[in-house]
Amino acid sequence: MPAVSKGDGMRGLAVFISDIRNCKSKEAEIKRINKELANIRSKFKGDKALDGYSKKKYVCKLLFIFLLGHDIDFGHMEAVNLLSSNKYTEKQIGYLFISVLVNSNSELIRLINNAIKNDLASRNPTFMCLALHCIANVGSREMGEAFAADIPRILVAGDSMDSVKQSAALCLLRLYKASPDLVPMGEWTARVVHLLNDQHMGVVTAAVSLITCLCKKNPDDFKTCISLAVSRLSRIVSSASTDLQDYTYYFVPAPWLSVKLLRLLQCYPPPEDAAVKGRLVECLETVLNKAQEPPKSKKVQHSNAKNAILFETISLIIHYDSEPNLLVRACNQLGQFLQHRETNLRYLALESMCTLASSEFSHEAVKTHIDTVINALKTERDVSVRQRAADLLYAMCDRSNAKQIVSEMLRYLETADYAIREEIVLKVAILAEKYAVDYSWYVDTILNLIRIAGDYVSEEVWYRVLQIVTNRDDVQGYAAKTVFEALQAPACHENMVKVGGYILGEFGNLIAGDPRSSPPVQFSLLHSKFHLCSVATRALLLSTYIKFINLFPETKATIQGVLRAGSQLRNADVELQQRAVEYLTLSSVASTDVLATVLEEMPPFPERESSILAKLKRKKGPGAASALDDGRRDPSSNDINGGVEPTPSTVSTPSPSADLLGLRAAPPPAAPPASAGAGNLLVDVFDGPAAQPSLGPTPEEAFLSELEPPAPESPMALLADPAPAADPGPEDIGPPIPEADELLNKFVCKNNGVLFENQLLQIGVKSEFRQNLGRMYLFYGNKTSVQFQNFSPTVVHPGDLQTHILSGLGQPPTKRVAAQVDGGAQVQQVLNIECLRDFLTPPLLSLPVTINKFFQPTEMAAQDFFQRWKQLSLPQQEAQKIFKANHPMDAEVTKAKLLGFGSALLDNVDPNPENFVGAGIIQTKALQVGCLLRLEPNAQAQMYRLTLRTSKEPVSRHLCELLAQQF
Amino acid sequence: VRLKGQGKRCKRSEGLEIRFILIQNRAGKTRLAKWYMQFDDDEKQKLIEEVHAVVTVRDAKHTNFVEFRNFKIIYRRYAGLYFCICVDVNDNNLAYLEAIHNFVVLNEYFHNVCELDLVFNFYKVYTVVDEMFLAGEIRETSQTKVLKQLLMLQSLE
Repeated sequence: MPAVSKGDGMRGLAVFISDIRNCKSKEAEIKRINKELANIRSKFKGDKALDGYSKKKYVCKLLFIFLLGHDIDFGHMEAVNLLSSNKYTEKQIGYLFISVLVNSNSELIRLINNAIKNDLASRNPTFMCLALHCIANVGSREMGEAFAADIPRILVAGDSMDSVKQSAALCLLRLYKASPDLVPMGEWTARVVHLLNDQHMGVVTAAVSLITCLCKKNPDDFKTCISLAVSRLSRIVSSASTDLQDYTYYFVPAPWLSVKLLRLLQCYPPPEDAAVKGRLVECLETVLNKAQEPPKSKKVQHSNAKNAILFETISLIIHYDSEPNLLVRACNQLGQFLQHRETNLRYLALESMCTLASSEFSHEAVKTHIDTVINALKTERDVSVRQRAADLLYAMCDRSNAKQIVSEMLRYLETADYAIREEIVLKVAILAEKYAVDYSWYVDTILNLIRIAGDYVSEEVWYRVLQIVTNRDDVQGYAAKTVFEALQAPACHENMVKVGGYILGEFGNLIAGDPRSSPPVQFSLLHSKFHLCSVATRALLLSTYIKFINLFPETKATIQGVLRAGSQLRNADVELQQRAVEYLTLSSVASTDVLATVLEEMPPFPERESSILAKLKRKKGPGAASALDDGRRDPSSNDINGGVEPTPSTVSTPSPSADLLGLRAAPPPAAPPASAGAGNLLVDVFDGPAAQPSLGPTPEEAFLSELEPPAPESPMALLADPAPAADPGPEDIGPPIPEADELLNKFVCKNNGVLFENQLLQIGVKSEFRQNLGRMYLFYGNKTSVQFQNFSPTVVHPGDLQTHILSGLGQPPTKRVAAQVDGGAQVQQVLNIECLRDFLTPPLLSLPVTINKFFQPTEMAAQDFFQRWKQLSLPQQEAQKIFKANHPMDAEVTKAKLLGFGSALLDNVDPNPENFVGAGIIQTKALQVGCLLRLEPNAQAQMYRLTLRTSKEPVSRHLCELLAQQF
Repeated sequence: VRLKGQGKRCKRSEGLEIRFILIQNRAGKTRLAKWYMQFDDDEKQKLIEEVHAVVTVRDAKHTNFVEFRNFKIIYRRYAGLYFCICVDVNDNNLAYLEAIHNFVVLNEYFHNVCELDLVFNFYKVYTVVDEMFLAGEIRETSQTKVLKQLLMLQSLE
C-alpha cells in the first residue's frame, strides 16, 4: 500500500508547516507567516514566470495560512490559473483554494466558470469530478445560472462514468436546494428515478438523496420511485451478508443505502399497490427478524450498522402508523434496547419509543415498559438519556398511570439537573391537571412542586392552580387546609406564600371553624412570612388582609393596626403604600355591606386552554430557552393569564407608574393670589423660610468647605403634618413620606413622576434642564372632595445650599400659587433653578434636583475618550463602586437609565461591547465639570463595576453614589 | 447565528443533511472543517469553539450524540481526535456514527491516521472528504471504491 509521506511532492510546503509547528509563540508564528507572505508576494509579482509546480506550492501555502486563521488578500488569480493546468495535482489545489476562499469577485467568477466549463466538457472523469465538486461546494447562484442546465445532462448521459454520475447527482441536489428555479424539470427526471436500478451501488446511494429532495417538492411527479425503492430495498435486505461485496460493512449489506431508501419512503404514505406494499411489509419484517438473530460480529460497527437500519425501519413503521402488528413488534424490540448495555441504544430506544407512545396501536405496549423507564430516569449517568426518559414518561402517561408517573417525576425533580428542572415542572403540572380525577391530588401535586422546586415554578403554574381552585368548589376547602398546613413549614418558598395567601384570602373561611386554623391563627401565620417576601408577594398579602377583614370581622383591629404601621403607610414602594392606604381607608369608611360587595369571592375564571401547555410547547421549540429568558409571551398566553391576575381584591389599585396627575394634560392656570391667612393652613407642605432670590456665586476658595453636607434636617420637620381640617375619616393619617433617599434615587435618571402622595395630596413633578438652568413644574393635586384653603407651598434651601443653587418661584411677586385648591383639582407651581456651583445635597430632601440634572451630554471618539480618561488619572478624580445588581441586567434598560442620567452614551469605545461608556459636562454658572463614566456589567456574577472620573473629587464620588443606586 | 432548526418531531427539513464536519484535537485545534452551510468566519469560529466545549466534557459512558442548538452532533473519538458531524435532530444517529468510522478509511490511506498526517496532508484530506461526502450527503460508502479512487488520484501528477 503506497503510503503518503509528509507533504509528499511539495517539500517547501512541508518545511513551512514544520516551521509553523515549531514556533514557540503566537508572535513567532505571525512573524514566520509574514515572512512567507512577503516571499510569496514577491514570487507572484516577479518578472520570472512561475512554473505550475511553484504556483501550486505557493497557493497551497496561502491556503494553509488561511486555514490557520489569517486573512489572505492575494493569490486568487494564481489559483484560477491553476484551474486550467492539465496536471491533476495543480488543478486540485486550484479548485480547493477556490472552494475554501470563495470570492464573489465578478471578474474571477467569470474565469472560474470558464475553467469549470472546460473541465465539464473534457470527458476526463477526474477533471469532471473536480469541477462538479467545486460547484457542489460553492453552490452559488452564479454557478447555478451557469451550469444548472448542463448537469442533468451529464447525470443521465449513457456514457458518463459512475463516479461522475455520483458527483453530478449531488451537485444537482445542491443547486436545486440553493435555487430550485434554476433547475429545469424535464425528460431527465424520469431517468433519474431509474437510477434507483443502477448497477453501481454508489450511484444509487447518491441518486437516492437527489430523488428524496425532488420528491418533497413534487411528490406526484416522482411517485414511481416508490416501487423502485421498495424493490431495491428488498434486494438489499434479503441478500446474504456477503452478496454486496464492496458495499457490505461489517457483515451488514449496504447499511447507508438502506437507511436512505427507508427515508425516501417516509416522503409518502403506505404504497397503494398491494403487491408493492406486501413486498415492503416483508422487508420491514425481515429487518425486525434480523434484529433477533445472533450478531455476525462482536464489533460495535456491526451492531451499529444493523441498528441504523432497524431504527430507520421503525421510523417508517411509525410514519405509516397503520400496521398494528409491526408497531407492537417495534415496541418490543425497543423494549429490549431499553436495558441494553450500550448507552447509545438505550438513548435511541427511549427517543424512538416516545413517538410510538402517541400511536393508538402501540400506546399500551409502550406502557408495559414503565418500570424500566422510571429506572432509567433514576440511574442513567448521561443527562440527555435521563431527559429522554422523562420525555417518554410524559408521552406514555394516561389516566391509568398518571399518579405513578407524576410521583416519580416529582421524586426525580429533587435531584434533577438544573438545566431540565423547569421543563420537568411544566410537565408535572400539565399531567397533574390533565389526568386529575380528584382535584385534591392535583392540589397536592402542585404544592409539592412548589415545595421541591419552587424556583422553577413559573407564574403560569401557580396562576393555574389558583384558577382551578377558584373554579371548583369541591376542592376549595381541601386547598385551604393544605396550604395552611404547607405554610407551617419554617422555610417555605415564596411561591407557596403567594398561593397560600391567595387561597386563604378567598377560602380561609372554610377552615376557620377549626380552632387550630382560626382566623387569627391564619392571619398570624401569613403575616409571619410577610417581612421576608418580595414586594409583589407583600402586595398580594395586603390584599389577602383586606379580604380577611371582610371574611373575619374579628381580625379587623389587628389588620388595621398592621396597615397603619409606618412600615406600610410610609413604605417606599408606591404600590405597597397605596394598597395600605386604600385598604385602611376602605376598611374604615365602608359599611359591612359595601365591604362584602367589594371584597366578594372572585368569580370563576372562564375555562380556557392551559397556558402551561403553551409554555411547554414554546420551551420545546427552537430557541425556546432564549424566548423564556426574555420573558416574552405570546399574546394568547397573556390573554389566558389575564384572567388569573392574582389580586384577590376588586379594589382598584392604580399602578405605580400611572400618570396620576395627568401631567400631560395642561394644568389649570394659576389663580390670582388670595389673601393668605397665616394660621389656618391645611397643607403647609414646605414650612420654612421662603427662597431667597439672586445669590451670587461664592468665592472659589470657599469651595471645599461648602461641599460639606448641610446639617441634616429631618424630612419630617420639613413637611408639616396635614391638619385634619377636612377630616377624611376617623383615623389619624400619618405623613407617608417615602424614604428620602429612595425618592431621590427614583428621579436620578428621570425627570417626571410622582414626588409625594398621601391620602390628601399628591405632588407630581415635571422638570427640564438645559446647561446650568432648570425649570421644575410642581403639580399639587387635591385628592379629597373638599377644598384646600390657603394652600401655600414654599421652597426651602437647607443650609448653604443657597450658595450652590438658585431657585425662585416662577410667579413673582407673590411666589404663591392659588390659595384654594378645589377637591379633585390640581394647581401648578413653577420653579426656576440655576446651578451656581456643584453640589451634593439636593434642595430639600424631597425635591429631585440632583447634580446630574445639569449634565450636558458630550459625544466623542474613542481616541478622545481615552485621552481624557488618562488625563483624569489622579486617584482622587476617580470614584469606583462595585455593587450587586438590584434589577434584572437588561442592556436596553441600562442604556435608557444612563441616557436619563444625562450623559452621552459612546458606542465603540470600550473594547468589550457589554460595557457602557458615557461622557458629559456638568454645567454650573461658575464652572464646568467634565465627567467620564464607565459601567461594566458582569451578568454571571450579577454585579456591576461603575467608574466615574471627573475633575472634581466630590463630584466623582457623588455621581458614582447616585448612579450606583440605579441598577 | 443563522442556524435555522426544525422542531423535534417534524418531517425532515428542506435543508442539507450534514451541516458541517469537524475534526478537532483535545486542545480544540481544528484539523479539518468542512462546511455545508453558509456561515461567515466569526460564526464558524464560534461553532468550532462551542462544539469543542460540548464534546470534550463527555466521557465513554455518555452517548455519541449530543444536542447542539437546534441540531445534534454525532461524534466519535479516536485517540486524541474528535470527529464530529452536525446533522438535523431527526436524522439517523447510528448511520452517521458509522459514517465517521467509515471515513477513517483514511486509516489505510495514510498508513496510520494520526494528527500529523492531517496537518501535513491537509489538502489531501479534503479530497477524501469529497469522495465520501458531497453537498452534505453521503456520496460513496464503499471503502474499497474510495481507496481505489484515492490511489488512482495519487498516481496522477
